[in-house]
Amino acid sequence: MFAYVVRKLLNTIPTLLGVWIVIFVLFNVIGGDPTYIMLGKHATPELIADVRAEYGYDQPMLKQFFRYLGETVTFNWGDSRATRQPIATMIHDGLGPSLTLTVPAFLVTTVFSVLMGLLVAYFRGRWIDRIVVIGCVIGMSVPMLAFILFGQYFLAYKMGLFPIHGFDPAWPERFHHILLPALIWVVVSLGYNVRFYRTALVEEVGQDYIRTARAKGLGELPVFLKHVLKNGMVPILTNIVIEIPMLVLGSFLLESFFGIPGIGGITIAAINNSDFPVIRAMTTLVAMLFIAGNLATDILYTLVDPRVRLK
Amino acid sequence: MTANVGRSLWADAWLRLWRDRLAMASLCVIVLYSVVALLALAGWIAPWKEVVGGSYQPPSGDSLATFFGTDLFGRSVFYKTIHGTRIAMSVGLVSSLISVPIGVVLGAVAGYFGKWVDDVVVWLYTTLSSIPNIMLLIAIAFVLGKGIFSIYIALGVTAWVSLARVIRGEFIKHKEREYVVAAEGLGAGHFSRIVKHILPNVFHFVIIHLSIQFMAAIKAEVILSFLGLGVQGQPSWGVMIDDAKLELARGVWWQLAGATFGMFFVVLAFNVLGDALRDALDPKVK
Repeated sequence: MFAYVVRKLLNTIPTLLGVWIVIFVLFNVIGGDPTYIMLGKHATPELIADVRAEYGYDQPMLKQFFRYLGETVTFNWGDSRATRQPIATMIHDGLGPSLTLTVPAFLVTTVFSVLMGLLVAYFRGRWIDRIVVIGCVIGMSVPMLAFILFGQYFLAYKMGLFPIHGFDPAWPERFHHILLPALIWVVVSLGYNVRFYRTALVEEVGQDYIRTARAKGLGELPVFLKHVLKNGMVPILTNIVIEIPMLVLGSFLLESFFGIPGIGGITIAAINNSDFPVIRAMTTLVAMLFIAGNLATDILYTLVDPRVRLK
Repeated sequence: MTANVGRSLWADAWLRLWRDRLAMASLCVIVLYSVVALLALAGWIAPWKEVVGGSYQPPSGDSLATFFGTDLFGRSVFYKTIHGTRIAMSVGLVSSLISVPIGVVLGAVAGYFGKWVDDVVVWLYTTLSSIPNIMLLIAIAFVLGKGIFSIYIALGVTAWVSLARVIRGEFIKHKEREYVVAAEGLGAGHFSRIVKHILPNVFHFVIIHLSIQFMAAIKAEVILSFLGLGVQGQPSWGVMIDDAKLELARGVWWQLAGATFGMFFVVLAFNVLGDALRDALDPKVK
């Protein structure tokens, strides 16, 4: 087990290095001198010189890369050009609001869609299964933006059921403001998740060992609970764990629409301000979290399915 | 020889698809969208720049142009929706033209040659897939500058990953099979074995990938354009939804409705067709 964890840890090193290289090349090489992206039409020679000196864009590429690596490893990305705040502080302040929205929304989605998945997988092929699958596909086809705009307009503005906009950092009150965005999150993600869990379970039903279990006289419900569920849990668990690092990212669209000052909202504001260092830092941070999440999934796998360790 | 010839994979798949009414309906929807997109590209339909009525005129059945109402400048929302179809389909098509060759070539050489070639390709796609897709798309579109061209590139250079992964896996399986070994025995070189022998047997994964990529591309275009990173100076569904953000408070809902409907049917069709294609072409899942 320990050796496996160490090997997995070592395996992430090339990936991590790759991510840093890709992000650096993308932002600092392909895009040319980032100073021009940041300043746009307002560039004056003094401003250009100022920005270049602050962020080190006048240095040789290799030096810039090591500066970026240093910043990334210490989580100290310097100041945002638009807000003049340290980027690390912005991310730190954004985490709370983002997680306030995403954690409850994620928990509700997961519990609800796993239960739904179990239900329709058990009744596979019957009318309830068909209705749910059709509903899922239809739900997956409606753009998220439409859900957001209709929800905000009808449920919040017309009917006054929810606050339209804003965020209150006080403790119980903050959940009041995330009710509608969280509801939209759940509705949007339900389609994909229910279908995914259903497919994972139904695929398990077709396996040979299930036929054996039936052949030895086990009833449908025991087969389902004892065999299908246990093995179907592997892909289900992966799908759940893989989403956890993404929760930190918040939701770009929901946060921007509902004025929640989270990571997603900050990123969108940074795009609108052409705030280059912020976008680069966000991309790097999210990618690193994603790699950490993958690592956690791999390790978790070994706990659920001991065969994995042999590979 | 002609007696008792089994149907080929493709004929068999087509037959199964033909029997699937829902899949055929989806295919019709996609063909219809493509035709509309082509006609709009040729400039024969939907002159969206023309003023057809007053500002923010609600939908009315008087004429096709005012069917979905008008926007701030009195332009037809219906025509704008049709123009959006053109943008959406072109994003799906062009990004596929970029990503499919990359995905097939890299997946094929990685799976076929193995060793260090495989290591490099796997490293490349593991790296790319470690950056969450939406963040990578935003980053690429942001760096390349606004415009539809950036969207093509951003989607094209990210979407090959899933295809390459599948093709690589299939090549690893197929390269050891008897027919490939036999081809080698008959003197077929590497290139011939890859292109003439293995590729036709795994090509159906490209078709499945296409239906998924079109859908993903259409969705991504809407989000990127909405964020202001995409299409500029012409209507797309994302731009229309962006406009609708401010219009809704004034009770103007039809621009949002137009873009949503336009997008809904084609994404639904790709969703359904993608599933049907997987069932029809992948004999494992029956």
